[in-house]
Amino acid sequence: MRPDDPKLKKIEPPKLTLGDRIYLPRILDGLVVTAEHILGVAFRDKAITVEYPEVQHVPSPIYRGVHRLNRDEEGRPRCVACMLCATACPAHCIDIVGATAPASWPDREKYPESFVIDELRCIYCGMCEEACPCEAIELTGLYDLTGLSREEMIFDKTKLLSVFDMTKEAEPMVFNAPPRSEATPTETLDSPISKSLLP
Amino acid sequence: MTIWFLIGIVVKILIVVGVTQGAVAYLILVERKVAAYSQDRIGPNRCGREFGIPAALLLPLADGAKMLLKEDVIPKYVTKPIYLMAPWIAIVTAMIGFAAAPFGPLGPDQWIDFQIAPNIDIGVLYIMAIGSLAVYAVILGGWASNNKYAFIGGLRSSAQLISYEIPLGLSILGMVLVAGSLDLNRIILWQDSHGWGCLYQPLAFVLFFTSAFAETNRLPFDLPESEQELVAGFHTEYSAMKFGMFFLGEYLHIITACFVTVALFFGGWNLPWILTSAHTGIVFTALKVLVFAGKVALAILFIMWVRWTLPRFRYDQLMDLAWKSMIPLALINLAATAAIVQLVRTYWS
Repeated sequence: MRPDDPKLKKIEPPKLTLGDRIYLPRILDGLVVTAEHILGVAFRDKAITVEYPEVQHVPSPIYRGVHRLNRDEEGRPRCVACMLCATACPAHCIDIVGATAPASWPDREKYPESFVIDELRCIYCGMCEEACPCEAIELTGLYDLTGLSREEMIFDKTKLLSVFDMTKEAEPMVFNAPPRSEATPTETLDSPISKSLLP
Repeated sequence: MTIWFLIGIVVKILIVVGVTQGAVAYLILVERKVAAYSQDRIGPNRCGREFGIPAALLLPLADGAKMLLKEDVIPKYVTKPIYLMAPWIAIVTAMIGFAAAPFGPLGPDQWIDFQIAPNIDIGVLYIMAIGSLAVYAVILGGWASNNKYAFIGGLRSSAQLISYEIPLGLSILGMVLVAGSLDLNRIILWQDSHGWGCLYQPLAFVLFFTSAFAETNRLPFDLPESEQELVAGFHTEYSAMKFGMFFLGEYLHIITACFVTVALFFGGWNLPWILTSAHTGIVFTALKVLVFAGKVALAILFIMWVRWTLPRFRYDQLMDLAWKSMIPLALINLAATAAIVQLVRTYWS
């Protein structure tokens, strides 16, 4: 681009007024802004802090927290061991062992004999949820995932199903629920998952 | 000079040391609260809740215990004697400045002199001299650490403190000329009969207070410890109570600076028409001490308020501000004050 190009836009530094150059009036402007915040918190209760253990933070409905394994109407895991989630997983944290479905389950060929997610390896990207063709794996709004050892952070099928039992009231399966007119926040879950799921 | 006079001074020293140390502990809590409020947070409110004590009033105790119980790491590569000396210099220089600071009325008609060294003729000069000694703590601490960040922090602070000492001193001189004394008590008494100093010397007040920010290493002039560039500046290699002593020294400095500001420009214990030198007696004396402390507290709150308002200066801007604006302004102010004082003394009285 040539310097006399007509498309070239020349930007001048802003002209400083006397007040800008003395600097003190602008400092006063800044002090007013800070004072509004300080007085707002002190007298009008404008703080955005959530006092966590007493008040539970409510994540947005699309929050990606701990996984759950959904059950169908008869209480069986919806999973058909197709391995799509394990393939989609960028962190390779899903380990499924499939087996031939029992004869009493005519609607599917396979079911997961074991379904293990390493919650420490997972990056909570939600791609398993997107890949699943039968809405079996979903990410819930549970965020207080804690544990005392690495072993207890590896969730097996029982644990994942119990997460579903725990959260199905607060977060119905997306495909079952009627389409939402507007996003409603997930209701508060009062028990931390690590406490309720441990023996 | 009787033995009772000496005992009185020792008692006063103990009271001042105790009160200021306690005040520093709670100032840190207040600072954290102001920081939180200006960022729309709540700030510390848990410590002491189990015992029914509100607003984290036990937090200073927990902070102090943490400082004392932490592991005190002394790296192998430091120059040990100087490294160990620096935090002490920080605290001692900050403490002995209080000797000449009046914290209430004094004089022959008072039942007690509210000053550790009463009627010292060169009070302002003494506080200024002691205040400049504080730079040794920062420089020696940064230099003895043998760490590039600490070293740069120490260097910056030496240049900064020496530069801002000049407008600080020049702006005080204007007030000294007007009041005709270097004794802080007499300056307060002059303001008692003529009105507050900030009315006579507004420019000097702005210059003095700005320089006081730089002298106490507060934002927007906290170049010696600018975290984003220098890890923690001069106290990078200090841990546990040695770091705590630097911290304590910094806050004590703020208290001293605010004491001098209030004494020079806001009439000390004086409230126009409400509390003047005409009011004597124990009740009014106690009120005067409280008013003085309240004014100092307001000044400290203002310093914290500014801290959370202004971003840090760039180093060349810092030097520009001192040498190209503040020192010329202070000189003009001093010359104008001298001329006017001379004119008034010649033709008026």
